[in-house]
Amino acid sequence: MNALRRNVLKSAAGAGTVAVAVAAGLMKPTLALAGAPRSAFEAKNVGDALKGMGATAPADSKDIAIKAPDIAENGAVVPVEVTSNIAGTTTIAIMAEKNASPLIADFDLSGGALGFVSTRIKMGQTSLIRAVVTAGGKSYTAAKEVKVTIGGCGG
Amino acid sequence: MAEPMRIRATMSGDVADVKVLMNHPMETGLRKDSKTGKLIPAHYITDVTATVNGTKVLDAGLSGGISKNPYLGFKVKGPKAGDKVVVTWADNTGDKNSAEATIS
Repeated sequence: MNALRRNVLKSAAGAGTVAVAVAAGLMKPTLALAGAPRSAFEAKNVGDALKGMGATAPADSKDIAIKAPDIAENGAVVPVEVTSNIAGTTTIAIMAEKNASPLIADFDLSGGALGFVSTRIKMGQTSLIRAVVTAGGKSYTAAKEVKVTIGGCGG
Repeated sequence: MAEPMRIRATMSGDVADVKVLMNHPMETGLRKDSKTGKLIPAHYITDVTATVNGTKVLDAGLSGGISKNPYLGFKVKGPKAGDKVVVTWADNTGDKNSAEATIS
């Protein structure tokens, strides 16, 4: 009787260890990725993209500056500059809300990198450009509208 | 495809200003060839990492929404002139490229 009980306890403890190990194993890859997983890039709308990034309800912030033209003549090349003045900024993501896949890029910053990225993006049509910043485990966002005129075709 | 990648890194105060220009078609996979009407297969950079003196400063995930021949600018606080910047990218076809520059 006693021996049986011991065995049950033993196996229960064993199973527990395995579960913990599996959980740890599962946690590791997500932590290693840090930023948005690839699936977030395939999201077809802003809500899904935010969900994929793990930032469902980012707070609006005035400390994020988006520098982009008011009117972009060529939607294939739109220069975008994002500056985050939020202390401890670790990630900056850029989205064009009406693109087929809104999430364009995410940047994980470390080792003294400042809250600043500059790049050039494609835009299918006039839309808001949204920057999503993660700092201290919280998400913040800001947006700026860019009008896209399709050069030469009277858009 | 080992086309050149250009990196310029300059110090302004205690902040290094790094600018990278990569050579890549950045095809989204949604565009059609105007002659054949067939979709052009997706071919774009998915990951870019940058290190300064071996310390990772930037780990970026990109998509086809980035313009052709991607430009990337970022700033790092702390390095000194003469430090080495290394930028590496990988694309969705498994292609890779890396380049390095010295901060001036």
